[in-house]
Formats: sequence, structure tokens, C-alpha cells
Amino acid sequence: MSNEQESGTHGVQLIVTWLLVGIPLLWGVLQTLQNAWKLFE
Amino acid sequence: MTSNAPFLSRERIVAPMNYNRWLVPPAALCVHLCIGQAYAFSVFNLPMTKLIGISESAPEDWTLTALGWIFSIAIVFLGLSAAFAGSWLDRVGPRKAMFLAAACFGGGFIISALGIWAHQLWVVYLGYGVLGGCGLGIGYISPVKTLITWFPDRPGMATGMAIMGFGGGAFIASPLSVFLMRHFSSETHVGVAETFVALGVIYFIFMSIGALIVRVPAANWKPAGYVAPSAQKKMITDQVVHVDEALKTPQFYLLWWALCLNVTAGIGVLGQASAMSQEMFQGRITPVAAAGFVGLLSLFNMLGRFFWASTSDIIGRKNTYYCFFLLGIVLYALVPSTAHMGSIGLFVACYAIILSMYGGGFSTIPAYLRDIFGVQFVGAIHGRLLTAWSAAGVLGPVLVNYIRQYQIDHGVAKADAYTVTMYIMAGLLFIGFLCNLAVKAVNERHYLKLQNQPA
Repeated sequence: MSNEQESGTHGVQLIVTWLLVGIPLLWGVLQTLQNAWKLFE
Repeated sequence: MTSNAPFLSRERIVAPMNYNRWLVPPAALCVHLCIGQAYAFSVFNLPMTKLIGISESAPEDWTLTALGWIFSIAIVFLGLSAAFAGSWLDRVGPRKAMFLAAACFGGGFIISALGIWAHQLWVVYLGYGVLGGCGLGIGYISPVKTLITWFPDRPGMATGMAIMGFGGGAFIASPLSVFLMRHFSSETHVGVAETFVALGVIYFIFMSIGALIVRVPAANWKPAGYVAPSAQKKMITDQVVHVDEALKTPQFYLLWWALCLNVTAGIGVLGQASAMSQEMFQGRITPVAAAGFVGLLSLFNMLGRFFWASTSDIIGRKNTYYCFFLLGIVLYALVPSTAHMGSIGLFVACYAIILSMYGGGFSTIPAYLRDIFGVQFVGAIHGRLLTAWSAAGVLGPVLVNYIRQYQIDHGVAKADAYTVTMYIMAGLLFIGFLCNLAVKAVNERHYLKLQNQPA
């Protein structure tokens, strides 16, 4: 595999792996913020 | 990469020289986001007291006190497994350790589900407490050394990212568990056992993905453009201290106490945050708002793990710990005044910063150990140091609860009962400050001789 192909593969892998962990974490943080907002209502 | 090496071996996951190191933190996060579920275990407590009675507890149902032991056993086994598995992990590499953690943590849920079906509490203790606790400990330490090796220029930030995941795991687990219990419940069933099975399978798969994508750098790999500092800093060694030798140094015990005291202060108030906010601001903070307050603190606990560990790469580990202790002393001493002033905003701000430093203590310690003892055995040394967490897990809540009850029994109003607690916590942080102050570079006689260093 050439260097360009490898860096392209890494780019896709990078996006997929970060989305894999980022989406659930973001969902959880948003749920928490929704609940936390009640403190200031 | 050696393709004929065993699938779980370290040799199998050696990355090519041009590998993108930013692919490694998600592998660590896959594990830490799952095991962070431990912080949300309390969502099961109430439903598990109604397994027989369904709408309310029956006499044969388990009590909250008995259920409280599940989490305590898990935290004790977290510390023990991290302490004992650290050296093994350094030998076999992160993939095998992550996979074992996935099997233990996922398996712990499945065994606990069986215990719930059979209504045998000891099986749940064995499942989530012992087996799950081992999964917690092995999973917690498994990616730490790998990340430090991949990010020699920013070890604090790298481990901060993973350990932030542990703080964030509760945010996912809590709503997910509530959703699953609602899905599986019926008029004759609370749905906890099915939720445990589902969570066991989900966590096993997610953690195994982490084990599949983790890579270790090749022996002579360095980040592009990275030049190791030519002038060695006094508090950062390029030598190696063996894990057994590290236990003979005063530095290990000073850092053990620094971590223990920082965690004791944080964990003590975190466990009481809901009740404390309602009692200090009677009539102004409702139970629903208090739950939001606890969620906000958990958010700062998570963010602090990344912020403080990254900051430690710039200002140094010792200075970061000075911040925890000095700022902590001021903030703990200030909390009672915020209540007297009636300022909810200031009260929340104080606690938010305190909890960010509680999380920061966890995430900065691996890089601190690496600076003091070198990178070779940092996984094993970190594992042994985590017994400080187990000790603080008992010490913190006991101190806060005991002091509060003592105050109330002696006629102090509930709203004021936390004042002395806060001052005692500030005192503990002062002792922690002294421990950190006493940390110096390790004496050269503890360094591993070059010919003894493993390849």
C-alpha cells in the first residue's frame, strides 16, 4: 500500500473511531445538561 | 506487524512507523467509557429493592444497605486487580488486557443477571462485585502505558483523554440503564436482570472493539518532529525504576497519600452533594434541581480529567497537584460562606472547580508516575497506586457522614452541619499539599541498571 493510500485509510479510520466514542459521549453529556438546567430554572 | 504472532499478543499489534497515533485514544475510550458505568450503578439500587414486591419493597426483597455492598466490593476489587495485574499487563500488552477486562466486566453483568433471576444476592456480589470489579481495575490501567508511549510529548493530555472517558461513562450508562429497565419492565417484572444481560453484551462488544483497534508503537518510534529534551528536567527522569523498587521509595507513598487525600475530599462531598445542596439551601434547591446539580458536578469531574492533565504537560505535574491542594483549601473553606451569603451560583461554582480537581487528580497521576519512575513499569506502578482510590472510597464517605451526624447529634442545624466537614476536608488537603511538597526526584540507587532493563 502506498503512503498516500495508507494516510487516506488512516483518515477514514480516524473519523470512524472518533465518531464511535464521540457520539455516545455527546449524547450522554446532552442528557446530563438537560437535567442540570433544572438547577437554574 | 508480525502477522503469525498470537492474536492477543503484543507482537501482533505493533504499529507501522507511519501509523497515525490519534487512532489509539479512541481504543482507550472504548474501554473507559464502558467501565465508567460504575459511577452510575446507583440507578439500579431502588429497582433492585423491588424485585419481588414490584411496586414497593416486599419483606423478602433486598435492602439498600445490602445492595450498597455491590459497589463497595467492585471498588475494592478494582484496586486489588489493578495492583496485581499491573506487572502482567506490562508483559502481555494492552490487547490481551483489554479483552480480559471486557470478558470480566461483561461477564460480571451476566452472572449478576443470573443472581437476580435466582434472587441470590451473593451471586450478584460475585458477578458485578468481584468479576466486574476485576474488569474495572484491569480495564482502567490497560491503556495508560500505551498512551504514554504514543504521546511522549503530551503524556498528561493522552492519559487525561482516556481517564476522562471513565468520568463520562456514567453519562451514557445512567440514561441507557433507565431506558433499558423501562423497556424490559412489565406489571409483574422490574426488568433489571434483562437490562444486566443487555448491558453485559453491549459492554463486552464495545470494549472488545477497543481491544481490536489498540496498537503499540514500534521500538524506535517517535512522533514526527519530536526531540527528547536535551537538558533533563530535575523532576522528569529518563531512567527506569522497577515496580518492586518503586515500592521502596518514599516518592511512591507520598504520591499514594497525595492521591488518597485528594480523592477522599472529592468523593466525600460527591456522595453527599444532593443532600448537602438541599440542606444548605433549604426550600431553594428542590430534589429535582439537586439531581441536576449532581449531574453538573459529574460533568466537571469529567472535563477536569482532560483539562488538568493537559495543563500538567505545560506547568508540570507537581505544580498541578499544588493547584489541587491550594485552590482546594480555599474553595472548601469558602463553601460554608456561600451558603451564608445565599449565593447558589457561587456555591455551584466552588463545587464545580473542586470536582474538576477531583477528576484531575486521577488523570494527572499516571504522567506524574512516569516522570518520577520512568515509562517502563508505569502501568504496574499505577496499578499499585490505585489502592489509594479504594482506601479513599471508604474514608471519604465515612468521614463526611460521621462528622455530619456528630454535628446534628450535638444540636447543630442541618444547614450548618457541613461547615466543620468542609474545614476538615481543607485540612486533609493541607496534608496532601505537604506530601506533594516532599516529592523529590528518586535517588539514583533505585534506578534499574542498564543491563537489567527489559528489551
